[in-house]
Parts: sequence; structure tokens; C-alpha cells
Amino acid sequence: MAEDYTRMWTDLGLDLKAHDALLGVLGPLYEKTFMQQTDRPEGMKYFDFVMSEVHGLRIKELMDAKAAGRKVFGSFCVFVPEELILAVDGILVGLCAGAEFAPDEAEKLLPRNTCALIKGAFGFAVARVCPYLAAADVVVGENTCDGKKKSYEIFRDLVNDLYVMDLPQVKSEAGRELLRHECKRFAARVEEVSGRTIEVDALKKAIDTVNAKRSAMHRLAKLRAAEPAPISGLDALLANQVFFYDDPERFTKSVNAICDELESRTKKGEGVAQKGTPRILVSGCPMAVPNWKLPSIIESSGAVIVGEESCVGERGTRHLTGVEGNSVDALMDNIVDRYFKIDCAVFTPNPSRLDHIREMARDYKADGVIQYSIQFCSPYQIESGPVERALERDGIPVLRVDTDYSQQDSEQIRTRVEAFVERLQD
Amino acid sequence: MTVHAGIDIGSRTIKLVLLEDGRISKTAVTDATYDPIAVCRDLLADVDCRAITATGYGRRLFSRGRSCNVVSEIKAVAQGARFLSAGCRAVLDVGGQDTKVVTLDSRGKLDKFLMNDRCAAGTGRFLEVMAGALSYTYEQFTAAALSATQAEKLNSMCAVFAESEVISLVAQGASREGIALGIHESVATRTLSLMKGLTLSDTIMFAGGGASNPCLRRQIEAGLGRELYVPENPRVVAALGAALCNGEKEKQNGRRQFDAASDQIVRVGGWRA
Ligand code: SF4
Ligand code: SF4
Repeated sequence: MAEDYTRMWTDLGLDLKAHDALLGVLGPLYEKTFMQQTDRPEGMKYFDFVMSEVHGLRIKELMDAKAAGRKVFGSFCVFVPEELILAVDGILVGLCAGAEFAPDEAEKLLPRNTCALIKGAFGFAVARVCPYLAAADVVVGENTCDGKKKSYEIFRDLVNDLYVMDLPQVKSEAGRELLRHECKRFAARVEEVSGRTIEVDALKKAIDTVNAKRSAMHRLAKLRAAEPAPISGLDALLANQVFFYDDPERFTKSVNAICDELESRTKKGEGVAQKGTPRILVSGCPMAVPNWKLPSIIESSGAVIVGEESCVGERGTRHLTGVEGNSVDALMDNIVDRYFKIDCAVFTPNPSRLDHIREMARDYKADGVIQYSIQFCSPYQIESGPVERALERDGIPVLRVDTDYSQQDSEQIRTRVEAFVERLQD
Repeated sequence: MTVHAGIDIGSRTIKLVLLEDGRISKTAVTDATYDPIAVCRDLLADVDCRAITATGYGRRLFSRGRSCNVVSEIKAVAQGARFLSAGCRAVLDVGGQDTKVVTLDSRGKLDKFLMNDRCAAGTGRFLEVMAGALSYTYEQFTAAALSATQAEKLNSMCAVFAESEVISLVAQGASREGIALGIHESVATRTLSLMKGLTLSDTIMFAGGGASNPCLRRQIEAGLGRELYVPENPRVVAALGAALCNGEKEKQNGRRQFDAASDQIVRVGGWRA
């Protein structure tokens, strides 16, 4: 390690021993999952670096920013409007919860049949191993699925300051009104915490910054439509994951640099997989760092992933926020419009998600869709049935995979994935 | 004369099928033991074949450092079933460690499939453990179940809980035969509910070790309201399918070379051609 961050971690109140144990697992897992891939774009070196410094340099940046008076917000959901936070010069980081840590401790607070993502968040918090959580001045929760909204009642005691956004569950006028009200209430909180007011120019600039990072992801997504696929699904997923905690401008630049590289690859007809390799769209629950289990099984079973219909993926990044308007109110309307379009399965009904999956499958020339659900996640598990039937009716093969963060079922999943790939090859 | 081999390395047994010019020339079934790879080596000791394809739980381990194709047991069982019965559109496979239901499309290609969850409930292994809990051999166990007039109801499908349930039923004086039947019934129910997840055609092949259990077969047939087709040697269907996959792989490899010749740049991630 380039620098010794022990002091910083101690100051953040981390449990150093447990934290070492976490890093001791993460490093080798990253090596095994990412570094053994061949033909990776040069630009992925940036993400390798970010990952190697995920608890180091990036945290130091956050601490320096805090020392300069900026506020750090943490969130678990793509409904939290980053634009409002950037408008007061704050920083938003996604809290990952993509691994099981201290499950026994988590299960002292939660029932066993809670989804792995929520349990993971609790495990990280109780074991004091997440520097992002520790660095966050405010953790923003949101009333989405039952699991999360009830868990926040308990989570409150584990973090510095928990703020919970209420969210609609129906895409009606009343739902939109609720979202508008909640965005305004959140804006007020952001202003209060930062001691600044949201000004038109700053908000415009914030919208531009966030849009730019989303646009870079759109560019990356489109390039993956090429045959052969120019980048592995694992690497693209990593970019989607880093989206949540990197400095936005630096992130945008890095993704665009990769896109330049992929463009020239595609022109030369080069890719990471042989032509004719079955192309898969992954759809469903979010995959937070370091949840790479399913994608790495898929890509070592002779297929390549060409898109993620997920909150860590296109569901989270697809819409831009409108920039028209010359008042904070007008811009706020644009924000509400933009976030109201997110087709999370907590909404009922949620037909636009199916449309989006179809659209992605077509645009990225997917041969099949793998629906990923985290066990005990009712919204996505229940939705996966009708989605599967609809897609199969359209002639798009679907495989459903319900799993959690443990590795025990890897071989069983591999068998299913291999059989699915064989089905696509037939 | 061309010999193609298929080997199915399961959790409990290893199955071998040799195809000579497209006809089955040899089948073998042995215990997997603690060292399945050594068992495979013995099985193949005097086999001279052109190509071999491995399937089952141990396929990857077996293929390591060997020139051998691998295929999932799902595809393998579909291929094998189709070979044995030209019109076959659905297969139920109850193996030692997992249960699967597979459908084939009208061209005989693998279509949808479902497998049991991660635990052993509802599989061959579950039946074996329960036979042990009743101090029966497996054959005695199925015979006892067939002779029972009334089934004892079992509530638990978890192997661990079911075992203690069996013990307490025995302690309450329930008939051993009745318990044996109850156990078969609960596995059949579990299997039937997995089968309900797919639309199945009229002819369903029953493969895997479970197909040789007459009581299980009877219970599933009763639940379905129709007969299952059980081939002569249901255990080797996946090994047979694997053997059949050799030809397909050869075709695919041929196509691949053709691709390489017609396209200037063919890049292969990881396994550069
Ligand atoms: S799936 Fe729904 S609840 Fe989860 S992060 Fe996405 S929008 Fe939020
Ligand atoms: S994965 Fe599902 S259950 Fe878990 S937090 Fe997200 S929406 Fe809730």
C-alpha cells in the first residue's frame, strides 16, 4: 500500500482488525475476478487504481473535503437526488452493502429472512468496517421496499445522522406530488446541513455535472452493442459501481477515455469475446461492490454480458435531468420529473420496467436475459415471474437466478448458467 | 469405427456410456467414492475413444488438464432423452443431489429448465438418508413403502428436521411402512411442485436414479394423472447425452475454424484461438 491510512481509519472509528480482515478478502477477490480477464481496455487501469484505493485515497479526499467544510451524504438508493447535494457543494457517496460481513451481528438486529443487501449494510455498520458510512455526515434512507423502510427504524442507532425520504409507490399525480414534496423537504435539509442556500446557477451546474456522468455511461452502454462486445460485463459493471462514489468529474473523464478506446476497438472489429459468443442482459436487483458472483459465473461460462437493467446500471443512469428553467423551482420540477421515471419494482404497477428490458435486449442484441433477484426481495422476485413470461412470449430466453451473497451455491448457479448458455447456442 | 464417450460424474455415482458409430456399446455405473477422479480413471482405463465429454457435478474437475469437452447435466439429459425417445419433449431427472425438470422444443433442442433449491430436500440423497433413519436398506425401504396401506404425513422437507420427525413418529408407534410411504409422498409432492413450474408435454421421460424407485414413480404418476416413460437404464441418460454431445462439439469446432478463415480478426477472450 502506497500510504499508511491507519491513522485516518482510527480517527473514523473503524475497527481496525475487522477492517483488515475485510481488505484481506476484497483485494484477492478483486484480483481473481478482474485481473485475470484478458484484452481489458487500457482505461480500466483507472478503475483498478480506484478499487485499490477504495478505502484509502478516496476516503482521504472525503476527509480533506470535510475539513474544508463540505458535507458528505451517503445513500442506499438511486432515488436520492445527487443534484441537490452538489448544488451546496456537498458530496454524495453510494453505500455499497454488496457483501456479507458479520452476519451474526446483523441477525441480532434483523430477522434471518431479510435480503442480503440490507443485512450487508447492517453488518458493515455494526462491525465498523465501512469508512464511507463513518465519513458520512448524513445517511439518507428512503421508504422503498418494506425491508428497507422498516430496517431504517433500527439503522438509525448505528449511524451519525439518518434522514429518511418518503417515496411514492404509485406513478399517479398524487405520487408525483409526494415526490415533489419530498425533494423540497430534502433540499431544505441539505441547505440546513451545509449552511448554504441552493442557488439557480449552482443547481444548474450540479445538474450538468450529474448529467455528464450519466451521459458517459450512456455512451459506454451504446458501445457495448457492438459485436464482438468490446468490454466485458464485469468491467462495465465495475464502472457502474464506481459511479456511486468517485468524484463525478474525474469519473466522467475516465469513462469517456474508455469509450474512446472502445470506439477504436470496435472500428477494428476487436472485442473481448469471440464473435458469436452468446450475449446476455442481466436484469433485476442492484449489484453493489463487491457483489460480482453472478457476472463472473456468467462470463466464465462462455457468455458475455452486454447490459445491466439494474440500479447499478441503466435503471439508475438512463434518464437525464432537464436543464431548462431559470428558477430553483423550475429546476426542481425537472428533478422531480427525472426521478419519478425510475422504474423500481417497489412501484405498482411497474410496466415501464418491462418495456425497458425489451428495449435493452433489442438495442444491445442480447440473446437472452438473466433475471437476478436477491433472496427475500419480494418486489423483484415477484416481478420476475411476469417479466419472464412476457419475454419468453416475445421469444427472448430467460433464466431466473435467486441468490444471496454466500458462495455456497456458486456451483449450482454455474450449472444453470451453463445450461442456459447452451440453450442460447443451440 | 468411431467411439464417443460420455461420462457423468455425479455426487453419488459415476456413469459411463460409450457410443460406437452412434449405437450404445457400453454402459457402466459405479460409486463416486471419496476420489471420483480415480474412479473415472479406472472406468476409462481400457477405453479407446475418439472424444469424450464430461457432465455432472465433477465435470470441471475431471476436464482439468485433459482434452475433454464439458456440458451441463441439463443439456446432457435433454440430449440423452431425445436419443432414446424421438418425440420426447420433457424430462424429469431425480438424481442423488438434485432434481431437475427440462423441456425440449419441437426440434429437440433444450428449452426451459428448473432445478431444486440448494438443499437436498426432494432428491435421491434425501430418500437414502430417510431409509437409514428407518434402519432399512434402500431396496427394503421402497418395498416397505409400496406395501403400506396408509401414509404417515411428514411435515418437514429438510433432511435434518425430517430425520428427527421420523424418529419421533417411530417413538409414537407409527408403522414403519407408513412412514416410508409418507417420505416417498413428500418427495413426490416436492417434485410435482417443481414440475408445475413448467408447461410439460404429454410424454415425460423419468431419468436419474430416482426413476428406478417404483414407489416414487407411482406417487408422481398418481399426482400427474398420467404415466411417465422410464427408459431401460434411467441412470445413464445424462452420460448418454454427454456422449452424443461429442459430435456436436466437433461440428461446432469445425464452424469455428471456418469463422477464423473468413474473418480477418477473431479475438478470443482468454482462450485465444
Ligand atoms: S431497486 Fe429500488 S429501492 Fe433499490 S436502489 Fe433501486 S430504486 Fe432504490
Ligand atoms: S434488494 Fe429488494 S429487498 Fe433488498 S433492499 Fe433492494 S428492494 Fe429491498
